Order: sequence, then C-alpha cells, then structure tokens
Amino acid sequence: MDPLEIARWQFGITTVYHFWMVPLTLGLGPVVAIMQTLWVRTGEERYLRMTKFWGKLYLINFIMGVATGLVQEFQFGMAWSEYSRFVGDVFGAPLAMEGLLAFFFESTFLGLWIFGWGRLSKRVHLATLWIAVAGSVVSAFFIIVANSWMQHPVGVEIIDGRPVMVDIWAVLTNNTAISAYIHTIFGAFAVGGAFLIGISWYQLWQRRRDGIDSVDAGGRVVVGSSATIRGRDKVDHSVWIKSLRMGAIVAVVAFSGVAVSGDIQAKLMFDQQPMKMAAAEAACKTGTSFSVLAIGDLGSRDCNDVVSIIEIPGLLSFLAHGDFTTEIKGVADLVPEYQANFGTNLPNEALLGARAGDEIQYVPIMAVTYWGFRLMIGFGGLAAFAAVVALWLTRKGTVPQSKGIMQLAVVGILAPFAANSAGWIFTEMGRQPFVVAPNPNPSGVDGVFMFTAAAVSPGVSFVEILFSLVALTLVYGVLMVFEVKLIVKYVRGGVVSAMPDLDRKDDDPDHPDATPSDDVLSFAY
Amino acid sequence: MDVLPTVWFIAIAALWIGYLLLEGFDLGVGMHMLVTAKSETQRRVMLNTIGPVWDGNEVWLITAGAATFAAFPFWYASLFSALYVPLTLVLLGLIFRAVAIEYRGKGSSERWTRSWDLALGLGSFVVAFGVGAMLTLTTTGLPLNENGDRVGGAFAWLNGYAVLGGLAVVGFCLVHASTFLALKSDGTVRAAAGRWFTRWTPVALLPIVGWVLVVQFQTGTIITWALVAVAVVAVLWGYLNGRVGREGRAFIGVAVFLVAGAASIFAAVFPVVLPSTLDHAFDLTIQNASSGDYTLAVMTWVTAFGLPLVFVYQGWTYWVFRQRVSDHHIPAAHVVRPATGE
Ligand code: HDD
Ligand code: HEM
Ligand code: HEM
Repeated sequence: MDPLEIARWQFGITTVYHFWMVPLTLGLGPVVAIMQTLWVRTGEERYLRMTKFWGKLYLINFIMGVATGLVQEFQFGMAWSEYSRFVGDVFGAPLAMEGLLAFFFESTFLGLWIFGWGRLSKRVHLATLWIAVAGSVVSAFFIIVANSWMQHPVGVEIIDGRPVMVDIWAVLTNNTAISAYIHTIFGAFAVGGAFLIGISWYQLWQRRRDGIDSVDAGGRVVVGSSATIRGRDKVDHSVWIKSLRMGAIVAVVAFSGVAVSGDIQAKLMFDQQPMKMAAAEAACKTGTSFSVLAIGDLGSRDCNDVVSIIEIPGLLSFLAHGDFTTEIKGVADLVPEYQANFGTNLPNEALLGARAGDEIQYVPIMAVTYWGFRLMIGFGGLAAFAAVVALWLTRKGTVPQSKGIMQLAVVGILAPFAANSAGWIFTEMGRQPFVVAPNPNPSGVDGVFMFTAAAVSPGVSFVEILFSLVALTLVYGVLMVFEVKLIVKYVRGGVVSAMPDLDRKDDDPDHPDATPSDDVLSFAY
Repeated sequence: MDVLPTVWFIAIAALWIGYLLLEGFDLGVGMHMLVTAKSETQRRVMLNTIGPVWDGNEVWLITAGAATFAAFPFWYASLFSALYVPLTLVLLGLIFRAVAIEYRGKGSSERWTRSWDLALGLGSFVVAFGVGAMLTLTTTGLPLNENGDRVGGAFAWLNGYAVLGGLAVVGFCLVHASTFLALKSDGTVRAAAGRWFTRWTPVALLPIVGWVLVVQFQTGTIITWALVAVAVVAVLWGYLNGRVGREGRAFIGVAVFLVAGAASIFAAVFPVVLPSTLDHAFDLTIQNASSGDYTLAVMTWVTAFGLPLVFVYQGWTYWVFRQRVSDHHIPAAHVVRPATGE
C-alpha cells in the first residue's frame, strides 16, 4: 500500500482533532478574561464565580490542545519530509515565530494564572490571563500565515528549484492569511458562544426543575435559593443568566464576522484557486448561478455526473466579483488550463516511488468540497439562529421549563464545531492535488507549487505510518472520552466544582459577596 | 565563514540545552513520582513543584523543533523522518504526560489517580529516553542516502548509541529532578530527594558521561575537552555539596554539568549537524542543510527580540513561585458532586 494515503489520513485526522480543542480555547479564553476583568473592576461575586467556573473548563480543554498540537509540530518532518525540505525556507519561519512569540507567552503566563490566585496582586493576576489569551490569538495568526502560504504562496523566489523567502512582510501580510485569520477567529468565537449558551441553559433549567427559580404571572423570573444544594444561591442564578446572554451576543457577533470575512475569502479564492471554487459549486460549465442543491454522483469527479436542481442565478458572480453577470469558469474549462500549466502526469522521478508518472487528478473530490462549503455555512447559520432564539427566550430572566429545548441547547454546542471542521476540510481538500497550491498570475509567484504526492517522506514505510495512525487515533479516541466525561462532571457540579470553598462554607444568601479563600486553586494539582 | 548558519547552529544548541535543563527536572519529577514518592501527598507535593512551570518548559522543545525546521529544514526533515517510530513514541509520551498532569487530580477513584500516575511516570520516561536517543543519533549518525532519507527499514536507527543516549538523558533527568525537589520542596519529599541524590547520582550519570566521551574521542578538540573538564569539576562540586545538604549548590553543580557537557558535544560535532553512517559525502552540515541567508537573518532578529523576553518572564515565574512546597500546603482533595436536587 502507498504511504501517501495513510499519511494523508493521519494528517487529516490529527489536525481536525486538534481543531476541536483550538476553537474552544480561542473562543472561551477572551470571554474568561473579560469576566475576570469585570470582577476586578466591580468586585461582584458573580463575576468571580464565572471566571472560576468557565476558567476550569477552559483549562480542561486547553491541555488537550497542547497535547495534540505537539503532534502537529512534529508531523511535518516525520511524515512529510520532502514537503519540509521544499518549503522549509519559508514555512518554518512562521512556525518558529509561533513558538518564540506566542507559545512561550501562552504557556508561561497560563501557568502564572493557574497558580497565581492569591499570590499575585489582583491586577497583575488579571494581566497574566490577558497575556496568555493574547498568546493564543497570536499563535493562531502565525499558524494561519503558514497555512495560507500553502494556499497562496507569496514573498518567495525560486532558486535552485526551491522557493526561497525574499520578503517576510509579504508572507505575513498575505491577503489570504489576513482574511482566513479573521474568519477563523470569528469561527472560534461562534464555538465559545454556543458553549456558554448550552451549559448555562442547562444550569438554569436545573434550577427551575429543582424548584429554585420560578416565574411570576408576567413570565418574569423569581429567583430563589436552595438550602440543601451547595452553591444554588441567588448569585448562582445571575452567574448563569449573565453567561448565557454573553454567549448569545458573542455568537451573533461571531456569525456576522464570519459571514463578512467569508465573503472576502470567497472573492480571493475565485482569484487564487479557481478550481477549488468551481469544485465547491460542483460547477461543470462556466456560468453565474449558485447551486443550492445538486444531485447525482458528486463523488465521481466527472462534473457531467452532477446536476444542480436548485440554483440562484447571478449569486455565484456576486460571491466572486460583487456583480451578477461575470461568468465563473467551471471545472470542464479549468482542467485543460491546469493540464497545460502543470502537466498531465507526475514526473518520472525515483523519489516519487510507485506514484511516478501517474496521471494527475486536478478535480478535488467534489462531494467533499460541495458539502463542506454548505455544511460550514449551514451549521454556522443554525448556531447563530439558535443564539438569537436564546436571547429572545431568556429575555425575562430564565429559561423555559421544557426539557426538549434544554437538550437542543446542549446539543447545539456541536453545531459551530461542525462548521469549523467542515470549513477546514473544504479548504484543505479543495486544494488537492496540491499541497502548495499554484496561483494563476498575477496574484501568485510563477512556478511555486507542490503536488501532495511528492510531499510525503520517501524513506518512511507504509507500516510505520500505519502504526502511528492507529496509535494516535486510539489514544485520541480514549482521551476524547476522558475530556468529555470531565467536562460533563464539572458542569454537573455547577460553580461549586470549580470553587471548593463554596462547598465547605454554609452558603448564606444574605452575604453573597463573602470572599472565599483563594489558597485552594493555588495548588491546582 | 558561514556566519548566519553558525549563529543558528549555536541557537539550536542553546534551545536544546535549555530544553534539557528546564524540562529535565519536569521529566525527572514525573519519574520520581513513580519510583521515589511513597504516598499520595508526596506525589502531589512533587507535582506542584513543577505545576506552574512545566508547560512553559515544554515550549523549549516545540521551539527547538520549529527553529530547526526554519533554520535547517534538511536536518529537520532527515532526522524526524528517520526516527519515525521512536518519535511517535515520544509524542505519545508527551500526550499522556500533559494530560495526566491536568487530569490526575480531577477524578474521584484511586484507580483513576494511579492510572494517570503511571501515564505520567512512564510518559516522562519515554520522552526522556526518546529525546536522548534522538540527540545522540544526531551526533553519531544515521544511515542516510544522498537525498537524506533513511535506508534499512524502520529500526535502522536502533544501535548501542541510541540506547546509551536514551539512558543518558533518563539518568540525568532523575538526578536533576532530585536536586530540584530538594530545593523546591520541604518535609518528607525534600529528605527523600536528598537521599536519592546522594545514593544514586554516581550511577545515574554514568551513561551521559559515556555519551560525552564517545563524541569527544571521535571529533573532540582542545576547546571541547576544556568544556568536559568544566563539566566534571562542576558535577563533583555539586555532588559533594549535595551530600552535606547544600541543595542550592548541588542544583547549580548539576546544571552547569549539563550545560558544559552538552555544549562540549555540540561543539565537537560542528559543523556537521547529522552525519550519514553510509558515506560522509551524504553528511548534513550547517552549509548544505540550512535555509537561505534572508530567512536566517529574519529569524535572528525575531530571536534576538523574543528569546531575552522569554528569559525575563520565565525567570520571573520562578521568582513568583520560589516558595518551597510542603506536605501541609496540600489541601484535601475536593470531590465534585452534581449540583442537583435529584
Ligand atoms: C481542522 C482541520 C485542518 C486544519 C486546522 C489544518 N488543515 Fe491542513 N489538512 C486538513 C485539515 C486541516 C485535511 C482536510 O484534513 C487535509 C486535506 C486532506 C487530508 O488528508 O488532510 C489536510 C492536509 C494537509 C497537508 C498534507 C496532506 C494532504 O494535503 O493531503 C498539509 C501538509 C497540511 N494540511 C498543512 C496544514 C497546515 C500547515 C495547517 C496549519 C494551519 C493546516 N494544515 C491546518
Ligand atoms: C498544522 C498546523 C498546526 C500546527 C503545526 C500546530 C502546532 C501547535 C502546537 C505545537 C501547539 C501546542 C502549544 C503549547 O504547548 O501551548 C498548538 C496549540 C495551539 N494551536 Fe495549533 N497547530 C496547527 C494548527 C492550528 C491552527 C490552524 C490554529 C488556529 C487557528 C491553531 C491554534 C492553536 C492554539 C490557539 C493553540 C493553543 C491553545 C490550545 O492548546 O488549545 N493551531 N498548536
Ligand atoms: C456566511 C457564511 C460563511 C462564508 C461565506 C464562508 C466562507 C468561507 C470560505 C470561502 C472559506 C475557504 C477559504 C479558502 O479556502 O481560502 C472558508 C473557510 C473556513 N470557514 Fe467559513 N464561511 C462562512 C461561515 C463559517 C462559519 C459559521 C464557520 C465556523 C463557525 C466557518 C469556519 C471556517 C473555517 C474554520 C474555515 C477554514 C479556515 C480558513 O480558511 O479560514 N465559516 N469559509
């Protein structure tokens, strides 16, 4: 068997997995920092509780992002050594910058934050969280720069057959990178927002089910407190309603951001990777219509097998150019262009092993690009719609008693995760058969491209990669079970699970702002 | 002279030394939690001595890898692909260790905690061994063809040097962590760590001395032998001080030993970054493995700005958490229960 296939599966699986942790870290981090800022500013107990509770979940997730990110960093050299040799001059730089200018900040200051409760002054302690969060946000920038260079190689010259960096500024300000970065960050906020909504909803619903909160004749909430259940005091209610509404606002803003930046990205993509966009439309013929629903054999890669049954005339032109009449090239017209520029067969080089001389398949798997694009937008839109509904339903201060709606809110957490995965799968698989995509002039540098089939390590055997794939997938699977179990356990426990002090003291609803001792979290382990 | 590639060779050596120096005690503490600790409280004391800093220390590894990629892509590509299987194990070790640190205290059964302890201790062992084997092989060579690809199958790297280097770093980490624990904890852990240091140091450091000597006899120079001498003096001084309970000096002695010893190795192999055992014409050197001057210049600026900052704030972290951790600091475990009326 060919190591290439298995290496691709491995890269895809580990990266998509990594990107389940990443958007939650990126989306939740700033929110926790804002909560702590509010606490430092106002001194209100509810903000402290919010910081501790959401901070705990943030950490449970963060560590999995760290663990899986390490795999990403090593994989280029291990499984993609030809790729690393080819692009190292330009691709390694943003990765190294990410380490030096982002990961060091992120991990060092997060350590200070976790253990710094009570040991650092309130303001310094708050600053450590903001710096850690900034580190995450900056790290995302550098990695997107690296990724976007593969989509749109800039800032290089070909010397001795390899791209050699000549302009770091061009690499860092790559228009593809900037729009993809904004898009990805907003996509991450969508995840953070849905997470806050789902979990807060569950908590408020539990308070209603346990008879703690009720509603008056006008539907307004009557906040109560429980004498028997730890932590279920009046402050607790405001923790959840506040979190929920913050989450909903974050989610709505995130979706607007994602839509605007996505539109910019689409315009760049028509320009830079026309085949990807044509495949995203499963558009065979040159035309102007956006397909809403296509039937036929999308997987066939022969666009004649695909029939679009619902179309919106002009919309595709609008997505690409902002008008309704410009024709967009279809797959059938693009393939000959690609063949003329990049050949019909892989070169006959020994390094390519059994793949040498194979015919090149220029059309990505259309079932993936077509549905990836639509699922991304669909799931994202669904999550945003749910957030608006949530804002409306909770306008009087609590959630309806319905268990069904609560379950929807909890399951809804998954929607923006799915949108993110779909977006990445679309972006990365739409780039195939290239790992570094050639860009038509004048937007790209002539001759900078690499076929995925030429990127894999020539010296590494199928069995080795299979071993790592099986081992990593199994371990990732098991760890996912643990992560979800822990998150569920801490969520079930409510704020008390993150603030043991609330457990020990008799909660006195008349003194909600009695400051608990911080010494406990200082020893997080 | 190739100024920039030389600068970057030194920078990467510095990153690896930084990694061994800092993560060295994290890994060692992970192993001591299995072998030296006798009770749950002791294990928690140990873990909390590295609690605030271990993640920051691990970034030295990430950065060493990424900097090698940026500055010497051919070195990165050949080394990492040739060592596919051992590096996969290292990755698994890193994953288990990281997750164990965060998750071990969050369960409620003894089985949960004990299982994660095992993951933490074994993970640390595998990482130390694998990193040691990798660094040793990059000094003693791998069977690479003219393209820099490994020939001879998945285990072509496995030889006596790999085992020696693996044991070298494992032994060093255990010693280093024992001085670290003696310095950073109080009570029973401090005493146990001190006893371990006195008893086991001479044995545990033997493999690393072996590695240093192998490299020196191959390609040593006057300068590198001088570094070896510094290392030997430092470790003797540290050991004698450690025996009489001067923990700070013991720690410094072992640290200087590592820095000088590792520097002597890197200096001895220079300018070769990865020799081929098949034909020295295929050796990767700072000239034929490096990136272009422009990339190296950019990275030099970034590092000149970034690395001193790292020193400052990581140093500050150690200052903030300078207090010794002791048994009586450790709060009782908190049991998380559902907040519900059902
Ligand atoms: C969440 C998903 C995701 C994320 C965050 C990334 N990618 Fe990607 N990447 C994929 C999802 C993906 C994929 C869809 O899973 C691919 C396409 C086909 C495959 O097998 O994996 C892939 C392939 C792929 C390959 C080689 C294998 C192939 O093309 O078949 C490389 C070298 C990269 N990507 C590089 C990157 C880099 C440097 C990223 C950093 C920003 C990155 N990817 C982020
Ligand atoms: C294939 C490409 C990628 C590589 C090589 C990679 C590498 C890494 C590494 C080594 C870490 C661990 C750092 C630590 O110890 O703190 C990490 C974590 C992280 N990565 Fe990735 N990553 C990739 C893709 C991405 C993408 C696309 C994003 C964001 C848009 C991203 C964002 C982050 C963030 C925010 C963290 C830290 C937070 C967390 O651990 O959850 N990564 N990554
Ligand atoms: C109106 C809605 C949206 C539009 C028009 C849109 C457009 C796009 C386009 C064109 C790309 C591909 C970029 C490329 O290959 O160069 C993309 C990628 C992506 N999308 Fe969206 N998108 C939308 C909604 C969303 C939502 C709701 C999410 C997540 C919550 C999301 C997450 C992503 C991610 C993670 C990627 C891959 C990374 C990247 O290239 O930035 N998108 N999107």
